[in-house]
Amino acid sequence: MKGLLLAVAGLTAAFLGSASAADQLDPSCSGCHALVKPTDTSLDRLLTRKGPDLWFAGSKFNKDWLVSWLQDPKPIRPAGYPYFKTIKKGDKNDVPDPSKITAHLKLNKADAEAAAEALMALKAPADLVPTGSFKGDPKGARMGALAFVKFRGCVACHQGENGEGGLSGPELTDAGTRLQPDFIAAYTADPQRFDPHIWMPTANLKDLDIQRLTAFLVQLGQGGK
Amino acid sequence: MKTQMLAAFAGLVLLLTSSTSHAEQSIEQIYGVYCVQCHGLQRNGTGVNLPSLSVKPRDHTDAKSMGDTSDDELTKAITEGGLAVNKSVLMPTWGQVLSEDQIKGLVKYLRQVCKCGT
Repeated sequence: MKGLLLAVAGLTAAFLGSASAADQLDPSCSGCHALVKPTDTSLDRLLTRKGPDLWFAGSKFNKDWLVSWLQDPKPIRPAGYPYFKTIKKGDKNDVPDPSKITAHLKLNKADAEAAAEALMALKAPADLVPTGSFKGDPKGARMGALAFVKFRGCVACHQGENGEGGLSGPELTDAGTRLQPDFIAAYTADPQRFDPHIWMPTANLKDLDIQRLTAFLVQLGQGGK
Repeated sequence: MKTQMLAAFAGLVLLLTSSTSHAEQSIEQIYGVYCVQCHGLQRNGTGVNLPSLSVKPRDHTDAKSMGDTSDDELTKAITEGGLAVNKSVLMPTWGQVLSEDQIKGLVKYLRQVCKCGT
């Protein structure tokens, strides 16, 4: 019973913690991004939302990257977000339609630092991004690169090394500076646990593959291998 | 009485028609979210990711090649990915993302797109 009470207290504290962290952000953020875990997990929500969920931002992004990006927000998703609303028919294939892609709000340094601080407080539950999901072995990076481009086909939707790759997913050319290694590993293993119905497939990858892919991705954008 | 019966029947037909078209609309939306990224807005394999793909995605409007592919093979390809049907790894596995009913619906929808049977 005492354990149950403690668990409830812990969950309540976590919920209130993330809610108050979300309150620190400018209300305009929540116009496009979910800052608290949504209760609506329907496909309709995915079809109507304007930006990616940020309720687990503190377990996803690196703070330095956030501070810098918020001051100079270059598109992360080359075909826009969500891609299926921002593309048009082209001569040879569908292409991004710049007229439908909205630029992200640009913040000054002080506001970017404050927003990054608040975003970093939006932590995912420990079982969603378990600490140590990436075991930290960089030696798998070469095999990870091959998996990314050839064996697992990630390159079909994501730009990786040298900006080569598809446009419907977020670019990963700077994945190492933008994303936390444990997040990369956990998300790649099961994207729908984070975002029900998201258009990234769950590929049933073995942990060895996850480790290699993560080792490859964390060194992208880090200025050396 | 006859008029009332007719009105009720017309209402039922309307209800069935609207629920069918709603179901079809959702499958079309599902195609629009998951398949369009590679198979394209025109359903002919010219999606926004095409330039990065080493193998051109299946043209779903091609009655010949789609007609030669059975419903079972289409279901397997969508559920387990291209490798499961000796095709490209670039066709991912959607079995963890889509329900069996949604995949059934997609196969049925593909038959409409290709205007071909099995």
